[in-house]
This record gives sequence, C-alpha cells and structure tokens, in this order.
Amino acid sequence: MATVEIPEDMELVYKYPESLTERHTHYCPGCTHGIIHRLIAEVIDELGVRERTIGIAPVGCSVLAYYYFNMDFAEAAHGRAPAMATGIKRVSPGKVVFTYQGDGDLAAIGTAEIIHAANRGELITTIFVNNAIYGMTGGQMAPTTLPGQVTTSSPMGRDVETAGWPIRMAELIATLPGAAYVTRQAVFDVPGIRRTKKAIKLAFQTQLAGLGFSMVEVLSTCNTNWHMGPVEALEWAKQHMVDYYPLGDTKVIDEVKALAKGRK
Amino acid sequence: MAKELWEGNAALAEAAIRAGVEAFFGYPITPQTEVLEHFSKRMPELGRVFLQAESEVAAINMVYGAACAGARVMTSSSSPGVSLMQEGFSYIACSEVPAVVTNIMRGGPGLGNVQPAQGDYFQAVKSAGHGDFHMIVLAPANVQELIDLTVLAFDLAEKYRTLAMIVADGSIGQMMEPAEMPPMRPVRPPEERPDWALTGAKGRDPNIITSLYLGAENLERVNLRLQAKLKKIAANEVRWKEYSTEDADLLLVAYGTVGRICQTVVREARRAGMKVGLLRPITLWPFPSKRIAELAEQVRGILTVEMNAGQMVEDVRLAVEGRCTVRFYGRMGGVIPLPDEILPELEKLDAECR
Repeated sequence: MATVEIPEDMELVYKYPESLTERHTHYCPGCTHGIIHRLIAEVIDELGVRERTIGIAPVGCSVLAYYYFNMDFAEAAHGRAPAMATGIKRVSPGKVVFTYQGDGDLAAIGTAEIIHAANRGELITTIFVNNAIYGMTGGQMAPTTLPGQVTTSSPMGRDVETAGWPIRMAELIATLPGAAYVTRQAVFDVPGIRRTKKAIKLAFQTQLAGLGFSMVEVLSTCNTNWHMGPVEALEWAKQHMVDYYPLGDTKVIDEVKALAKGRK
Repeated sequence: MAKELWEGNAALAEAAIRAGVEAFFGYPITPQTEVLEHFSKRMPELGRVFLQAESEVAAINMVYGAACAGARVMTSSSSPGVSLMQEGFSYIACSEVPAVVTNIMRGGPGLGNVQPAQGDYFQAVKSAGHGDFHMIVLAPANVQELIDLTVLAFDLAEKYRTLAMIVADGSIGQMMEPAEMPPMRPVRPPEERPDWALTGAKGRDPNIITSLYLGAENLERVNLRLQAKLKKIAANEVRWKEYSTEDADLLLVAYGTVGRICQTVVREARRAGMKVGLLRPITLWPFPSKRIAELAEQVRGILTVEMNAGQMVEDVRLAVEGRCTVRFYGRMGGVIPLPDEILPELEKLDAECR
C-alpha cells in the first residue's frame, strides 16, 4: 500500500482499516459483502481489539472471508459457526469472537446452532448477512427468499404453500433470554450503511461488556443471482425486502441501552 | 495411587481430567451418559469448561472450535450420536487440530438398542467421515485399559495433530472394576497454547484454520501431507496384546469386550488340548496387520470373533493374504458371544484345517 505523509495542518480522517488485508475480494461487482467486511474491520480497529479477535467464516459466498480480514480466523462447516464460536470463546474468555454468516448458513442448516448459542447468551457477536438467496451455489431458494421470488429452485416463484414462509431471524432470536442486542439493518444506501456500522459497533461492545449474545442482521443484495444491475438490486431490495424484514432493533436490554447512551 | 472401584464411563471422564482436558462438550446418549454426568460435576469444580450441547452436531463443532483455540478438548457419544458427529470429524482431520472422541458402542443400525455391540468398526476404522482420512482408534477391553488409553489418546492426538477415538462398548462403559487412576497432570495455561492456534494475532501474522483448499493441486498437496502423517502413525503406533501365541497353531483375533472373553476361551481350549492363542488389537487403526501376517505363517487357522456381522475379519483377511484359513464368528443386536459358543467354532476350525 502506498503511504503518504500527512501535512502538519491536516488531520487523517479516513484510512484503509488495519483489520482488512489488502487482498482483492472474489465477490461479484455490486456485491455488498465488501461493504459489510469493511464496516466490521473499521469497528474492530476503532475498538482496538484486532489482536485479540477471532473470526469464524461460514459456508457460502463469504467462505473465504478469512483472506480479507487481517486477524485469526477459522472456517466452519455449513451452519456450525455459532457452535465453533462457542468452543473458541469458552476456552478463550478474553478474546473477541464473531461469526459471519449468510441466510442459508444461519437460517436453514444452522438454525439449531444459532438459536442455542443465542439462548445460552454466548458472549459472541454474529453478523448475519441476509440477501434472500443462496449465492455461492448459484441462486437457489433460501429460507429468507421472499414469497413469489424467483430462484433456480423456485422457478415459478417461492410458493409459501409448499416451501413455507421466509424466516424473520432477528425477531426470532430476540425472543431468547440470552440475546442482549439484536437488530436488523440494511446497506442499501449511505445512511443505512452508517446505521449498520453503528449497530455492528454496539454489538461488539455488548460482547466486550459481557452482556450476552449480540447479532446484527444486515439486509444485503445479490445482483448476480437476482439477475439485476447493482443499482437496480439496491432499489429492488429497498422496495421489497424492507416490507417483509422491517429495519430496526428487535432486542436491546437495558444494559445495552446504557452502553449506547454512554458512547455518545 | 491405589486401586479404586470405578465404573467405566466415569473412569473415562476422570482419566481425561487427569490427562489435563480443559473442555468437554457433549450430548446425553445411553450407554455413555455417565461420561457427561461425571464431567458436569467435576469440570466446574476444577474451573474447567463443561457444556451440554444442543446436539452431537453442535458438540463436535464446539470441540472443533476449542481445538482450533489450542485447548485440550474432547467429546463422547454412542453409535447414533457418533454418526451425527462425522461431519465434524472430517473437518477436524483436514484442519489438523487435535481432539479426542469416544464411541461407547451400542446395537444398531438405526436407533438399534442400548446393548453392547461392535457394529461401528467400519465407521471408526474405514469411514470416519467424508474424504480420505483415518482416526487413531483405540479399543480397551477393561476399565484399566480404558483409563490408560484415554490418557494415551490425548498424547497421540496432540503428537500428530489428529483425531483419536476410543471405541468401547456399553459393557465396558457400565461395568465396575478396580482400577488405578493416573496422577493429575497440570492443565496447560492458555499462554502456552501451540503457535498454530487461534489466540489472536498479537505481534504475528494471522493464523487461519480451514479445511477448504480450492484448486485440485492445492488440495492434493494437503491430501499428500495427511497421508504422509497417517503413514507415520501406521509405522509407529500399532498396539496389540498376545496371549499364549508362542506355541499356538490356532489363533483367535478379537478386540474389546469379546477380546477379553476370548482370553477365557484360550484357557478352556488349552484345557481341551487345543493349542490356541489370542491376538487382541488395541489399535484398530492402525491395525496390527504385520503381526497377524507373521502369525498366519505359524498357525493353521484364524477365528475372528466380533460383536457384529463380521467387520474386523476383513482386515484380518487382508493381513493374512491367504496364508491360512480365516473364519468368523459373531453375534449381533447386543448379544455377547460366550465361551460356550466360541469353543465349538474353534473345534470346527481345528477340524477344517487339520
């Protein structure tokens, strides 16, 4: 990376996060994984915990996330990241442990693992990226695919009579006593990206304060498998996803509220 | 330390504690639930980690996580639960992190029953999970051996950064016998965890633990490394016990509970004038093939006895390579073969190979 001398009368206000490697990602042009990776990296930098953070990558498009984060990382079996995170955190209580999971990983094959990790109040943070489709396998129906949404395994559109309804994970997890902070955000525009970063930071702070399980569901896009351009995908998501998946906090315990206030 | 009366399952858990296990993750299943129960009481007393997982799938992935963090860790289960753990076995094997697992086998297939059986030999030895790998498989025949092999399992798992499985059956798990516990080893402090472990990238490059290798040549390199390691294990870690083989012209091959019963068969057969010996494999993988091949030159026939439909007998035949007659006797469903029924099988073999 090129380095530049900062003149005395200027202040550095924006830089490449130390928590990201310089490796180019394999994500499709227009994919929002890159934005979410960066937000996490910025938060870890700001909290000064990179050297004691352990991440867990899922199976899905972000299976190679460990190449892009500059910190210790494990790669889990499909859906098992919360169980792996539990194992790591229980034997390393001083570390910061987070999972990065997609909708198939977290809301289908790994439903048991996420619910029980949350219910135990594991002191881990989960970043749940919901783009309503299986990206890596080429655009199949996900547990979060919207009713009527066309995918390669729901070619006539998701029929809720046979395929069931999309799962609202942020609401589901919020019902569990072990969950301290659960929120749903979206990275469809700049204000949304800023709010998402704030939420990710609060989620990590919740873990650092030992308050319980924290999860940020991030509504995201998959322009490739939605067969749209990146801008069109963002518009489509705003119009259709937010109706079914309302944005905002689904669980904030009082101690987390105090944490959020204290931060201002 | 003096001998005490120990139940197999509790002894297994206590032996692991003495061996310095830092964390246990498990799920209840008969006939090994006492392992989990013993840990649930002892681990908190000692300030170590005990967690009852939501499933065997979760338990093995917690083990995987803790192993990646460099902790000494184990889980325990029985046949149907072990099937659920196989996904994790495969990831652990490829990632080359050490872990200990146990299978206190019960009758199968399916839900089967909770009687002692050896139907999971193939699963443990031949197909521990998807992809090319083996676990080190240790088969105790009594409570003392269960204790000793548990300690050994941790040492081997760490020495080779691999999975070590103890296979016993419900009768060893639930019988009570006098046995001696090893002294308590100190638990390795977190700051002394191995340099490959996920401990936070402080003052070093990040450690990545993965079982994903895109590109055929990339993965083949990993496969070759794993195979080289397995070859080393096969060369160094074969263990077995022999009874009255010096002058034997008939040989019994049996392991675990039925291996112990065959010691009685040897005594009774010798009283009846037959020169019978017994080879009892302690490691089912790596298998004592070389020694069996040597003995096949010496004896007229081999009778393999198992609590299944005939699984280890395939490895015996592979070792013997036609040097002598190999026959099989087994009971299934949790029925334990007794000396009275094994002896006539030996007589048949004796007559056949005369």
